Amino acid sequence: MTTPTPSPTSQLTHLQRLESESIHIMREVVAEAEKPVMLYSVGKDSAVMLHLARKAFYPSPPPFPLLHVDTTWKFKAMYELRDRMARESGMELLVYQNPEAAARGINPFDHGGLHTDMWKTEGLKQALDKYGFDAAFGGARRDEEKSRAKERIFSFRSANHRWDPKNQRPELWNLYNARKAKGESIRVFPISNWTELDIWQYIHLENIPIVPLYFAAKRPVVQRDGLTIMVDDERFRLRPGEVPEMKSVRFRTLGCYPLTGAVESEATTLPQVIQEMLLTTTSERQGRAIDHDQAASMEKKKQEGYF
Amino acid sequence: MSVTTTQTSSYQTDALIAADIDAYLLQHQHKSLLRFITCGSVDDGKSTLIGRLLYDSKMIFEDQLAALEADSKRVGTQGQNIDFALLVDGLAAEREQGITIDVAYRFFATEKRKFIVADTPGHEQYTRNMVTGASTADLAVILIDARKGVLTQTRRHSYLAHLIGIRHIVLAVNKMDLIGYDQEKYNAIVADYTKFAASIGINAFTPLPISGFMGDNITSRSANTPWYGGPTLMEHLETVELDVTADQQKPFRMPVQWVNRPNLDFRGFSGLISSGTVRPGDPIRVLPSGKTSTIARIVTIGGDLEQAVAGQSVTLCFADEIDCSRGDVICIADAPAEVADQFETVIVWMADDSLIPGRPYWLKLGTQTVTATVQAPKYQVNINTMEHMAAKTLELNAIGVANLATDRPIPFEPYATSHTLGGFILIDKITNATVAAGMLHFALRRSQNVHWQALDVSRETHAVLKNQKPAVLWFTGLSGAGKSTIANLVEKKLVRMNRHTFLLDGDNVRHGLNKDLGFTDADRIENIRRVGEVAKLMTDAGLIVITAFISPFRAERQMVREMMAPGEFIEIHIDTPLADAEARDVKGLYKKARSGALKNFTGIDSPYEPPHTPEIRIDTAKLTPGQAADLIIERLIP
Repeated sequence: MTTPTPSPTSQLTHLQRLESESIHIMREVVAEAEKPVMLYSVGKDSAVMLHLARKAFYPSPPPFPLLHVDTTWKFKAMYELRDRMARESGMELLVYQNPEAAARGINPFDHGGLHTDMWKTEGLKQALDKYGFDAAFGGARRDEEKSRAKERIFSFRSANHRWDPKNQRPELWNLYNARKAKGESIRVFPISNWTELDIWQYIHLENIPIVPLYFAAKRPVVQRDGLTIMVDDERFRLRPGEVPEMKSVRFRTLGCYPLTGAVESEATTLPQVIQEMLLTTTSERQGRAIDHDQAASMEKKKQEGYF
Repeated sequence: MSVTTTQTSSYQTDALIAADIDAYLLQHQHKSLLRFITCGSVDDGKSTLIGRLLYDSKMIFEDQLAALEADSKRVGTQGQNIDFALLVDGLAAEREQGITIDVAYRFFATEKRKFIVADTPGHEQYTRNMVTGASTADLAVILIDARKGVLTQTRRHSYLAHLIGIRHIVLAVNKMDLIGYDQEKYNAIVADYTKFAASIGINAFTPLPISGFMGDNITSRSANTPWYGGPTLMEHLETVELDVTADQQKPFRMPVQWVNRPNLDFRGFSGLISSGTVRPGDPIRVLPSGKTSTIARIVTIGGDLEQAVAGQSVTLCFADEIDCSRGDVICIADAPAEVADQFETVIVWMADDSLIPGRPYWLKLGTQTVTATVQAPKYQVNINTMEHMAAKTLELNAIGVANLATDRPIPFEPYATSHTLGGFILIDKITNATVAAGMLHFALRRSQNVHWQALDVSRETHAVLKNQKPAVLWFTGLSGAGKSTIANLVEKKLVRMNRHTFLLDGDNVRHGLNKDLGFTDADRIENIRRVGEVAKLMTDAGLIVITAFISPFRAERQMVREMMAPGEFIEIHIDTPLADAEARDVKGLYKKARSGALKNFTGIDSPYEPPHTPEIRIDTAKLTPGQAADLIIERLIP
């Protein structure tokens, strides 16, 4: 975890500047918000966020808890890393599962879009309300998707958690307006200006622990609806004729395992993963089912409160 | 696809990625970062240009390209061709209306640099968006339609880019394909722009003949413009000097964001260095207090640093325990920033509700948030003609020059020197909206230049409500003369008469408000000035204020007298011969002073200047404290 010291006139590298910007943003939130929280999804962006938070506040531990809005359908390897990182960082880990979704048995096999809506979008709102967090760090990046390219770093939410893309606060220089009325909250995106390549390279340089699913290994998978899905536990409902086969696959993005597509790969090291990523011809979010509905689907989801 | 395919650097990059990923990563790791903005209207081909840069640097994936091709056919404006503009017009509303409303940020990289492009709208009603996008940019690409030349909007964009302090201006004369790559027409446009640019203070810019649609001079030299010998747009973007590099040459400054205090043994100050370089052992000064210390450590999780530079987020520890908190600015000791509370500023109004001169807004500058009021503008700038116009307020998207006052002195630098310590936002105290952005020009030296806006509830209202005439009963005299004793009695009598009073006493003020002050002449003067200001506020609130301070100097008592409304300052000299006061010596202070244990004691080794014509003079040799109090009440309320 060393950052090379530049000589007086040397240029900072783009990663040093991005790191400094993200740390600055996190400190602003801690200084101005009453009760911040960091959303922790266990993915590679969350891994970088947690790492940056530890740097920002060292030698203090990050002065906020981690919140995992759990759908109960994540990969087993994600739960393992989550618990390990919470232990190592000395931070409090809050796990929230929407009780209504649990009671109704909402699952990715029977409920399609409702699954994401109830467990993630509703679960997140409920968790923020329950604990009274007024600022929540998220790991969204502007290079991920078109509507995210326009979202502010400090993104204001109404008391109903809604985002109004036409009424965003102007954000100049590195001055962030964190003021809000009671009940309103702010989503903060400290890695807004990072790209997927920046994330991978930073993980590589800083040796940040990530879920092993990002590296290729023989895993049991089935082909379904154009996606390669991993059979991660016994809850997976095989359709007639489906037989899991062992293939060398890895994941470019991690979510609920029955909804997350794997790619066939032999990349077992970070440079190999980066190499594949750079030479690939499809964008990152293609592995997720929710973005394909229509061109503006992410913008709609965000207005409703999806991160 | 009818786009021309050019030999771009991305193909060589691909080869390196495939052959030696570690070498590629090493190369990428050392890239610098340039942020730039593109200014122009939709008609100028701005979004097309950005789409082209992304496309040529291979930042568009196959699935995005497929979606783009489908979108192009459905809503595109280029017939069957790829409409690059659709890549960057993000929000659904924008796609429907075919205009860019907000600021969108795009990312691409070449072998030399990484780039962040702020794509901002060009229409006049989106001035605030352009200013927002420009605020973080090192460079501006001003687009001109070659068929139309320098237009009103070109002047507006150039003015705004210059106003926000962008040092590198690129004049991209676009759509050269539509004028047959005509060199003479190009030269005429550049000459025209040169004349205009000089008139608003832009002394250097880089002109380029391009076609975003056809790809001329974007990433490779175009065969269509053999007469052009300069760099391509990409070459220029890859080599231009960065602002952050220039900032490292300036004196050290770091606004404190957060005090890091994990335990009693560690106290660090966290922030982003805005200029200069810092090393352990450097002498520093904390503003606004002016306290000094030296840097003991630069702390990071990876170990202490030998040095840190502008652009780095660090945590600093001092050698001494001095007061320092969020909002303070740590400076190199011998070249600190300025501190002031009144400024001339340029303000860009960004809210639907217009500026209300005199209304208190939150002002955020660096990491400080203070209350500020803006005077009526000196003038508003017509952003199309740069003419100065008279204005009483500033409406949405208006830009004006106005004086601004903060409720306390703040460390700052002129915006031209530091964007961090000279750029600010104004926040509405009720709605919490960001209503304006501003840039400090310079501090106003004399406080009388600013006249405060009359408040709706006036001081008269406060006084009428309390059924009394506000006043300051200013007791002055030697230590031990009996000021506090008599002042207390006067207050009790006034309260019994249903008067609203407040007693400010030397001891209670020095334990709180003025606990940072000593007894040097300078500190005594500051002590009295502050007491005067507090007393003035209390008279504004309608109170009868009673003060009991030695206040040895005539000039300071006169200063306080002038702060008050005529007739409200009543000077009461408690006149006791020094020998009597010293003989009484209630607190044993004279004894200490005579022995030398107490320095600067009034009457012993510091002078007392008795008033020449006080409103009331009490001779303590002739009156008891009770009689003195009665006399004062009689004179006040006949």
